Amino acid sequence: MKKYMSLLRMRFISGIQYRSAALAGIVTQYVWGFMLILGFKAFYDADASAFPMSFDALVSYIWLNQAFLAMFMPWITDTDILESIRDGSVAYELCRPVQLYPMWFYKSMANRLSRAVLRCFPIIIAALFLPRPFKLLAPSDFGALSAFLLSLFIGFLLVVAFGMITYIITFYTLSSNGIRIVIIGTVEFFAGSIIPLPFFPENIRKIVELLPFASMQNVALRIYSGDIIGIEIIFRIVLQLFWFIAIYLIGNYLMRKAMRHVVIQGG
Amino acid sequence: MKLYRRFFMIHLKSAFQYKISFLLISIGQFFTAFMVFVGVKFMFDRFHTVKGYTYSEVLLCFSIVLMAFTLAEMFVRGFDTFSHIIANGEFDRVLLRPRNEIFLVLAGKMELSRVGRLLQSIIILAYGINTCEIIWSWDKIVTLILMICGGTVIFACLFIIFAALCFFTLEGLEFMNVFTDGAREHGKYPFDIYGKKIFKFCTYIIPYTLFQYYPFLYLTGREDNKLYMLLPIVASLFAIPSIMLWKFGVRHYKSTGS
Amino acid sequence: MIQVEHISKTFKVSRRSAGFLEAFKALFHREYECVKALDDISFNIDEGEMVGYIGPNGAGKSSTIKVLSGILTPDSGSCHINGRIPWKERTAHVKDIGVVFGQRSQLWWDVPVVDSFLLLRDIYKIPDKLYQNNLDELVNLLDIEQIIRTPTRQLSLGQRMRCEIAASLLHSPKILFLDEPTIGLDAVSKIAVRDFILELNRNHKTTVILTTHDMQDIEYLTKRIILIGKGKILMDGSLENIRKEYTDTKRLTIDFIGEDIQLVEGMKFILQEKNHGVIDIDSKMLTVSDAISILSSQVKLNDISVTGPSVDEVVAQLYQKYHI
Repeated sequence: MKKYMSLLRMRFISGIQYRSAALAGIVTQYVWGFMLILGFKAFYDADASAFPMSFDALVSYIWLNQAFLAMFMPWITDTDILESIRDGSVAYELCRPVQLYPMWFYKSMANRLSRAVLRCFPIIIAALFLPRPFKLLAPSDFGALSAFLLSLFIGFLLVVAFGMITYIITFYTLSSNGIRIVIIGTVEFFAGSIIPLPFFPENIRKIVELLPFASMQNVALRIYSGDIIGIEIIFRIVLQLFWFIAIYLIGNYLMRKAMRHVVIQGG
Repeated sequence: MKLYRRFFMIHLKSAFQYKISFLLISIGQFFTAFMVFVGVKFMFDRFHTVKGYTYSEVLLCFSIVLMAFTLAEMFVRGFDTFSHIIANGEFDRVLLRPRNEIFLVLAGKMELSRVGRLLQSIIILAYGINTCEIIWSWDKIVTLILMICGGTVIFACLFIIFAALCFFTLEGLEFMNVFTDGAREHGKYPFDIYGKKIFKFCTYIIPYTLFQYYPFLYLTGREDNKLYMLLPIVASLFAIPSIMLWKFGVRHYKSTGS
Repeated sequence: MIQVEHISKTFKVSRRSAGFLEAFKALFHREYECVKALDDISFNIDEGEMVGYIGPNGAGKSSTIKVLSGILTPDSGSCHINGRIPWKERTAHVKDIGVVFGQRSQLWWDVPVVDSFLLLRDIYKIPDKLYQNNLDELVNLLDIEQIIRTPTRQLSLGQRMRCEIAASLLHSPKILFLDEPTIGLDAVSKIAVRDFILELNRNHKTTVILTTHDMQDIEYLTKRIILIGKGKILMDGSLENIRKEYTDTKRLTIDFIGEDIQLVEGMKFILQEKNHGVIDIDSKMLTVSDAISILSSQVKLNDISVTGPSVDEVVAQLYQKYHI
């Protein structure tokens, strides 16, 4: 455990050194969030009754999604993990006295966290002080806030576990770029990054909400903004946990299989 | 032109060296754009119109912007990835050739796998044309073509500006994505839905609306003034300051060598 | 052919900590630290000369090459190559030069080498007949007939380097800049490259400027070396003279039968074994023949060889002398 933690810390420190990239990222995400809100506002003005959540809830959803972007976006990949698979240097990793799955898991966690930590606070703080209707509202009560944090954490673990599966796919197909683009597109869409899930047509939404993608950031963001309340919170968080454990186990299993594949191929 | 063709053939040959990868990436590009399209569809299933624009009108706008961006990304890729060209010293090689630098950078890199997204934009455009109520006279067709060309020029200019900035610093240039990727994503709706301030920015600072909003008004019959149709040509004047900035950057590079 | 007079170039290295805000501020105000990359450089090179341009890393070698090839504009001084000022008439000038970077490729990675050649033909607007002649000659001399239909990425380093050199010469440049052309090559390829350069120089009177850390390249190819350090030209002369002037040591390697050897002043053991020894002689104090007679008076010499210092050692001494 200790060695993984030290790995996490190292990765984290090297990640936060890119301050200028972070600042540029913050500006980009801030503008991006603004444009999204303005776009939704136009739709709200067109037909407020068709809006599936309160406008304030949507605004919170968008700001928090931007703030925690680095934690959840499927296109953030660890290039050195991919590189090590592609050029075969992963074979060296096998010689070290650590297990590959947890090592990579911590590595991607640190990678995402280090990016997110620098970026989330400026965006959240700036969004808190905007005038209505662009203002990020405080959560309704302490319970919602703690449920939000819990759900955010589980969703984050799920995203990392899911990312592991995409790395493992790289073992089998050398030209994995195309497949990854398709996976990224799917995840983004069904996780509610392109449009939030409540905007999906009702019958499609019912199915989509059960998929693992809906257990990523969707639940946390909607708990915060009060779109998911009461007993439903518990149900959703349990579902999140279920998906995390399932994807984690599947990833572990596939990793073991992939390792055998590597060993047989001789790296 | 002959030289450009030869460059193009080399890019094509290179791409075909990795047929499967090329195909998969193209499919991926197609798919990603398709998902955005589904997003728009879901929104219109629910709201039917936005600021008076119908679904098929928005699809026209969306496909034009997407196509322009994709064409720029395919053929102006050398500027889009210029930070690498500077960082690994490839630009020195460019300066050692007896040809215009802009041409060499332009021809030196092409991203043909974007063809998947191009195809998606063509499909959306065809769908939009089919379902909207525009009567396609010659002037509307010219407007459509001008919009695509003007948009490609604007996105190309933005890539050139990005590349010119690379001569001065390689840090923090990610913010340029707001103007390229951002305009692609948010330009799927006519820019006036975002309110007056954004609209002004998109007209006077970076002339997006000159290839998108104004000719779009003419295209959809909201405006009869034929001048609106020609505005994408005016938008192309954006190339002048962009290229000036680039030249300034090259001069700076030659005097610092880095 | 090449006249360089009093060229200086100072780089302003901006002192700022990394960061976007700093970068932004730096657009308006910068603190500079000046580094003299080239400090009053002058030399002439005649047509058909082969010159080794040496110096430690960061001495100003690549800045000089950049100035000569028109990529870099110097602060002051003048430079005429074939009557042109490189940085003022870049496009005309670069048609006359060929540049090979040992560590960077100009060939397209994924297509057969010959496609890169055809592209270069069109870039340089080489007439078809000239192109065909040059290609035939280069393919022949560099022995790349078999490999030019192979994609670059499948070539070995030695094969690739030979193709790189061919690519730089297709437009029959009058001047060839070689930047570490033999770096990382195996012995056979190194010799092939060197032989080719000699041949090229002999047949076409191509002027060759070579920067390298491999002193065997220098020894094999050039009669003249220019040494640069900290942006200044420290010496410019023939390799032989330098060797004579800067090295006073001769080395004797002997096999002998006999007991102890007593050395006189000016002689020093580098290695002393039973029946074998290596001795350095300071030629200012005694001649080689004196030394041999001193030795043979004490023991029976079976075998003896006299060597001068290697070029590597000469250069190392030069670097030491100039504190670079």
